Formats: sequence, C-alpha cells, structure tokens
Amino acid sequence: MRKVIMGNHALSYGAMLGRSQVIAAYPITPQTQVVELLSEMCADGTLDAKFIKVESEHSAMAACLGASLAGARTFTATSSQGLTLMHELLHWASGGRLPVVMGNINRAMAPGWSIWSDQNDSLSQRDTGWMQFYCGSNQEVLDTVIQAFKVSEALHIPSMVILDAFSLSHTYEVVDVPDQDKVDEFLPPYKPRIRITPEEPHAFGGLTGPEHYFELRYKLQKEMEKAPALIEKTGKEYEKFFGRYLGLVEDHRCGDAELILITSGTMGNTAKVAVDMLREEGMKVGNLRIKVFRPFPFETVRKILKGARKVAVVDRNISYGYHGIFYQEVKSALYGQDSNLPLFGFIAGLGGRDITPETFREIVQYTKEKDRPEEEIVWIGVKR
Amino acid sequence: MKKKKKYEKIVFQSEKEVPMMPMSVGSMLFNKTGAWRNIRPVIDLENCIQCGICWKFCPDVAIYIENEYPVVDYEYCKGCGLCAEECPTKCIAMVEEEK
Amino acid sequence: MSKETKEKAKKMKLSLPEEELMNSGHLACQGCGATLAMRFVLKALGQKTVLCIPACCWSVIDGPFPYSCLDVPIFHCAFETAASSASGVKAGLEMVGDTETTVVAWAGDGGTFDIGIQALSGTAERNDDILYICYDNEAYMNTGIQRSSATPYGAWTTTTPVKHFKNRPKKDMVAIMAAHSIPYVATASIGYPEDLFRKAKKAKDIKGTRFLHIYAPCPSGWKTRPEDTVKLSRMVVQNAIFPLYEIENGEKYTLNIKLREKKPVDDYLRIQGRFRHLSDEEIEYIQGEVDKKWGKLLKQCGAN
Repeated sequence: MRKVIMGNHALSYGAMLGRSQVIAAYPITPQTQVVELLSEMCADGTLDAKFIKVESEHSAMAACLGASLAGARTFTATSSQGLTLMHELLHWASGGRLPVVMGNINRAMAPGWSIWSDQNDSLSQRDTGWMQFYCGSNQEVLDTVIQAFKVSEALHIPSMVILDAFSLSHTYEVVDVPDQDKVDEFLPPYKPRIRITPEEPHAFGGLTGPEHYFELRYKLQKEMEKAPALIEKTGKEYEKFFGRYLGLVEDHRCGDAELILITSGTMGNTAKVAVDMLREEGMKVGNLRIKVFRPFPFETVRKILKGARKVAVVDRNISYGYHGIFYQEVKSALYGQDSNLPLFGFIAGLGGRDITPETFREIVQYTKEKDRPEEEIVWIGVKR
Repeated sequence: MKKKKKYEKIVFQSEKEVPMMPMSVGSMLFNKTGAWRNIRPVIDLENCIQCGICWKFCPDVAIYIENEYPVVDYEYCKGCGLCAEECPTKCIAMVEEEK
Repeated sequence: MSKETKEKAKKMKLSLPEEELMNSGHLACQGCGATLAMRFVLKALGQKTVLCIPACCWSVIDGPFPYSCLDVPIFHCAFETAASSASGVKAGLEMVGDTETTVVAWAGDGGTFDIGIQALSGTAERNDDILYICYDNEAYMNTGIQRSSATPYGAWTTTTPVKHFKNRPKKDMVAIMAAHSIPYVATASIGYPEDLFRKAKKAKDIKGTRFLHIYAPCPSGWKTRPEDTVKLSRMVVQNAIFPLYEIENGEKYTLNIKLREKKPVDDYLRIQGRFRHLSDEEIEYIQGEVDKKWGKLLKQCGAN
C-alpha cells in the first residue's frame, strides 16, 4: 500500500513489519519520531512487542543485547550522541554475535550541539563489527530494515540502517509499504543458533584468554566476508517478493563515464540530479552511490571504476588526521590495480551544510580541470 | 551421597570447534582447587553433632553429607578454615599439609 | 568413626536444601563471602534462573571460557548494565514464551552503587520484573581493592590509603531503592543464611523490581582471616552497622533481627586490617554514626 511517510516512520514501519519483539530506545533529535510511532504501534496492538522505555542509549543497547540473547528479534534507533554513548556495547553486539538491527540518523557530533546531517557518528563506529547500510530514500530505509533482519539473523552479525538527519529523517516521500503477510513469507521468525535459557545453561561472554580470543574474532570476520554475497542474494529474493532490488551500490550512468563521483546517503541522490544536469551539458559523468559501507564492496567498486579516467569521492565526514572515510576505503579498493587512477577526495556538508547540485558542479569542475588534486583534502563550501 | 557431575579439560583443535561466541561448554569441576591449600580440615566424627554448619558455610562446596555425617572433598578444599571456625563443638582441626 | 558413633548417628536435618547449583573448582579466594552469597541464593531460586553478571569478582569466580561453575545460565554483561541487561533478558524471554524463569541481576557494590546506578534506577523506576541482587564487599575488589561509594567510613583501600582513608559515609543504597516505590527491598548477610534464603525465596515470587543487598566479606580486600568471614557477617548485624530489615512498597519497614543488646563496633573494626589504622576518636565517631542510624531505623520499623 502506498503511503506518504517520513524517513523516521519508514524505520518504524520496517521494524513493525519485521515483527520486532523487543524494542528498547531513548529519544534524541532527530530520531524521536521513530520511537514515538513504535510506541503507538505497541500500545494499540499493531505491533506485538515489548517497548522498554530505557533511561539512556547505553541502557537501550544493553537491553537489546539481553533480549536478543534471550532469543527475541530486537530493534532500536538512535543518532549521534546516543550512538556514540552506545559504543562499548556495539562491540558487545558484534562480538556476542547478536543480530540487533538499529536505525541511526546521521547527525553531527557535538560540540557545538548540532542536529544536522553529518556522517561522523556512524562512520566512527566503522570498526565495531556492525554491517552498515546508507539509505538514499525512505523506500530504501523501509526495504533495508526488513532485509537487514534477514541478513543479520543468518550471519549473527548486527546491522545499522542509516539515514540523513532531516533531509531523509523528516522528509516525506511516497513509500510502498508491503503487506504484513508477504513480509512474513519473506522473513520467518528469528531462530537463534544459541540463546540463554535454563534448559541448556551456558555462561555467555565470560573471561576469555589469549588462547581463545583470536579464534572467536577470526570467526566473526569470516562471517562478515560472506555478507556481500548474502546481501545481494537476499536483495534478489526481496525483488521477487516486492519488485525492488537494493544491492550493494547504485550505479547511475557510470558505464561510459569518464569522471565518476562516489557518494552516499541523500547527497548521493543530489549527485544523481547533478549528473543528469551535467550530462545535458555534454560531460560524461556518472555517480556511484555506496549503499553498503560495511562490509565494504571492494569488488563491486573496482569493477565499476574500471573504465573511469578520474574518480571524485565526496565525504560528509572526516577522520581527523587523515581524510574522509569513504575516500580512504575507495583508495584501499584501488590499491594495486592496474590503472593509476587519479583519486580526488572532497569533504563537504559537515554539520548539515547544504549539498546541492551546484556543489557537485563545483566538484566536477575542479576534478575536470586538474590532472591530480592539488591538496590531499579538497574542502568544498568552507569559508576560507 | 555426593553426586558425580561430568567434567573434563577442554582444548579446541581448530576454530571450527570454537563456539560462535564465548559460551561455556564445560564445568569448572576440572579445576582441582585442593592444590591451593596449606592446611586441611580434619573432622573428628566422634565429637561431631551432625549440625550441618560446616557443610553450610563452605564457600567451595567442598563438604558433602554422606551417611548422615560431613565429609571433606580434599580435591577441592582450599583450606580456608571456615568449617573449623564455625563448628560449634570445635571438632574440626586445621592440620598442616605435608609437603 | 567408631561403631558406637555410627549407631548413634541421627538423621541430619539441614537448615537449607541439600541440592547445589554451584560447583567446586571456582576461582574465588579462600573464605570468599561472595561465593557463599551465591550458593545460598541459588538454593532459594532454583535452576529456572538466569543471571546477568556485570564486571565484578563473580565474572572471574565463575571461571574462564569455556567453563562455568554454575548450573544456571549466565549473561556476562558490560559493567554498567546489570539492571538494563536483566530488563532486556526478561522482556526477551517473555516474548519467546518463557514467563517462569527468574531473571536476576547479580552485581557487586561497584556495579550497583556507582557505575551501575543509572541503569538500576531506570529499571526500578519502570518496575521491570527482575530480581536485583547486590553482593557488597565494600570496594572494587575485582580490580584490586579500590574504594567505591559502598566503602564504609574509615576503611583503607588502594585509592584511600591510610593517610587519606575513606572519609565519606557508605552510600545508603537501600534508602535510594526504597525511594523508587518498588515492591521489595531487603538487606541480608551471609552470617544469617536462613534469613537470606527466606528473603530470596520471598523475592522470587514477587512481581516487579526487587532489590536485595547482601553483606559479603572479602578477606583479601579487608585484610581479614579467611576463617572469620562468617563471624564478621554476624558481628556486622549484631552491632547494627548492617541491620537486617525489609521494606515493602517503599513504606512498610520490618526489622528481621532485633537486637536485645547492641554490640560495640570496636570488636568488629579491630579484627580487620583495613581499619587497623583508626584512632580511638575515629572509632568513637563511627560508633556515634552507627547509633544515629540505628535509632532512625528503629523509628521507621517501630512506626509499623
């Protein structure tokens, strides 16, 4: 059924259709609508779940871990300060192999207080062992949540479904909300490989010495390596049911492009508009929007960039002391490849500074004019 | 009668044998903590009044009841001396372990 | 034993159930109070129990992966999360159809009074259906005897050395919990196992958040003889430093062990290395504070 809903509510619908059983969440702008709608759904019986109104995000993730270990399907949502408050427990979720699904609204990190779009919050959780999905539309958000449950539960690895503050979280778009029956067919109930129960008592997560820890972490990485293929397979399955395929990336006119932009999130959609605009003007540009950041789709990225003459990565984040994080990953992907492909790294839009088609015009212009970037980091839009 | 629970030392030969997340698959009973002690309790059953206090206060569950009398399980007794201290008739002596 | 002794042997009547859910071979120090607390509580709760144990001595006592010394399942959770993990486990178990299993948060004083207090307050305010048990050895023992807000006035710890001994009173956690309007709050001591057993059993059958504060001496951290652990646990009740009482629904106070003759704190303090540095004046001060608190408690219990 087609509805006009905001990005935040797309998360709520995804969690509801996915039949989440335990939700523990704490409000934070701009995530509040996610949990408010879920609260309503639990109260009026639309969703048969326990909603624990925890007193902080740290407790939210702790409660999700407990519930997941007990064998329930769990969901939560947060943003920026809340996400980083949970940091310790993000490691616990992945190391504990608990398939929690969490929505994160990309919001800038304080200080100063900023509620606007910025990717540092989720990207600084890059190494916690969670799968990360960056969404470009409300439809994508809903579709990703449902598929995330399936992939996470198959691999026993938690997932983060990420959307930009306001430009996606609060923007209303037309979304095709699937029928519950069909979702139930696509996504059966959670069958945990292990769970905490007195019927088969185990001590979970105890003291682990050097003689054992290494193997446990090796196993996590090995499972994560299966994720790209499983995400694509699950995506094809979802397409059969609901007619939409997500995949690891979105390739917009990269086939014959000489200059390829690499983007993510809503600015990835803005880039599409820019590409079409610039194509009209005769430029052979394309946009590669990365949807799955962890595990990073190295193979796919390398394949798509093969024909390009120049690549421009646009990051709405920065790892201080080096560069934007998507830039770093793309650079790793290109290492050792035949072509000495010039890679331009742009940083734009931190703290919610607007990224428009004109921003991309500037980026493409710079990239076109120079053989190599003149600076390691090319800052777009900073008043210097 | 002391119930015999199963236990063994566990060694994983490869990552394939290691569980997905750290979870216990065996009992600590394999760990014979009797090796920790320097002194051992010796119960004089003649003067034992069968009150059960020594059994009750053993932090290591190293005293069990057999034929209505307490018996020390020297495989696990750490020699803390609580049984001797709490015994109302003082019929438990703490004796030096022979080297 | 002699034939005579064998013949006069009567049937032993144990004051607690004989079945054990805790096994030998665990890693506790000699004379550890925390293990006695666990042993007695598990006898009361039975096998249909799940424990959420945050970082504390019991994270280590239980034994390393891949072993455990308990016959009940354990979630070794993050430090601050004893209460929130337990809330989550309870919700999860109910959603998968298990409404019978008792979910217990089993934490030390650090994980309860200090780093874990936020989650505990949240859980209690929501009245989540969990049994929270704090075994109190009065310092961060697992990390090497550093002071906590449960460390009593006057005690030496590694972060309150003798020249700067802990000069703040023990945080009144029981009063804090009672202020949350939860159905059941009680203190217990391993020196009174039958009382502890009764309270654990009583708490098991109450719905909502229940809080049990158990006094559990630590010979290693208190510099006491291992064999004195139970004696200390009796003395602390008899001198009213740690009175045994219950608070139901935040208002009904019941004193469990009435003291015909309150013993002086002096004997209790002098057999503990951590108090050895105290002067007579300091001990007198401690006695005064204990008397005050005892008077207040008697009034609260008398009012009922």
